[in-house]
Amino acid sequence: MAILDILTLPDERLKQPSVAVVHFDQALQAFIDALDETRRAGPAAVGIAAPQVGRHQRIVIIDCSGRPKTVNHGHLVLINPEITHWEGFEIGREGCLSVPDYTGNVIRATRLQLKAQDPEGGPLEFVMEGFEARAVQHELDHLDGLLFVDRVVSRRTDLYRRRVYKKGGAAN
Amino acid sequence: MTDWNIVTLVGQDRPGIVARVTRVLYEAGCTLGEASMIRLGGSFTILLMVSGSRPNAELEAALAPVAAELGLRVHLDQVQGGLHQHLVPNIQVRVTGADRAGIVAEVTQCLTDQGFNILDLESDVVGNARAPVYIMNIQGTCARTLEDLEQALAGLTTRGISVDVSPIELMIG
Repeated sequence: MAILDILTLPDERLKQPSVAVVHFDQALQAFIDALDETRRAGPAAVGIAAPQVGRHQRIVIIDCSGRPKTVNHGHLVLINPEITHWEGFEIGREGCLSVPDYTGNVIRATRLQLKAQDPEGGPLEFVMEGFEARAVQHELDHLDGLLFVDRVVSRRTDLYRRRVYKKGGAAN
Repeated sequence: MTDWNIVTLVGQDRPGIVARVTRVLYEAGCTLGEASMIRLGGSFTILLMVSGSRPNAELEAALAPVAAELGLRVHLDQVQGGLHQHLVPNIQVRVTGADRAGIVAEVTQCLTDQGFNILDLESDVVGNARAPVYIMNIQGTCARTLEDLEQALAGLTTRGISVDVSPIELMIG
């Protein structure tokens, strides 16, 4: 299996929305395997999304199981994922395989409900919180052509005063 | 050999300072690196990495007219190092308390005793003139455990300072 090339900022392809997966076949599984190998080859990434390697399909992989004291559902391949409910907000620090040498603070929901399909097309449903919920929101943004740098907030402005989580709202 | 300077500019806040200063630097053939620009107590302050092959005297001469016009004081420091030297903080310390002299010295002494390296410190005096409140937010790196830090800072609460230590979890996706 080959490790795939990761697109990095300012590659325009990272801004392109992804389309739903319709064929749950062997080719999909082969791509998922390559995508996960690419994730594991990087610097401690807990998630990766297909558009990060230039494939604009709604496919993400999340795995927070390597982190101690983190509530998580293990290694997850999420096809056509959709957040159906979210609540709470929290500032946390994020980095991205597609944005080398930069980390920034982003507001994310603390708890969410998620629907997706597995690699065979079967239905999946999860309730997620904290770190894992943050990872999912970060990866789902990739599917809509958004990077965390589009959501970075200033601590000075937001930590004490911000009270509203605006979906899709960029900083400033 | 580095050609980076850290340029410090301070003056009465007004609209247009950043645009004017960076235009001058651009037209002088400089490129800009990392920067911290913020309004502090009615002044606007700029700390800016500036790179260029021109001698410092020429950089100062280029900035002199705009500095005079906008009432900015200018200071240049030639520095070692350059871009892409970011450290990622793993600990955040939030401090609040009725304002009095010595809070920063007391908190940061406790931190430095634990080997804490401050990467970013911002503070505000809020409330009102009769009852000012000091708020400080520190991010940095420390190899000691959260419990060690909390224990080291615990004594400060008896002196009227509220200190909250929390881990900064970095999520890479």
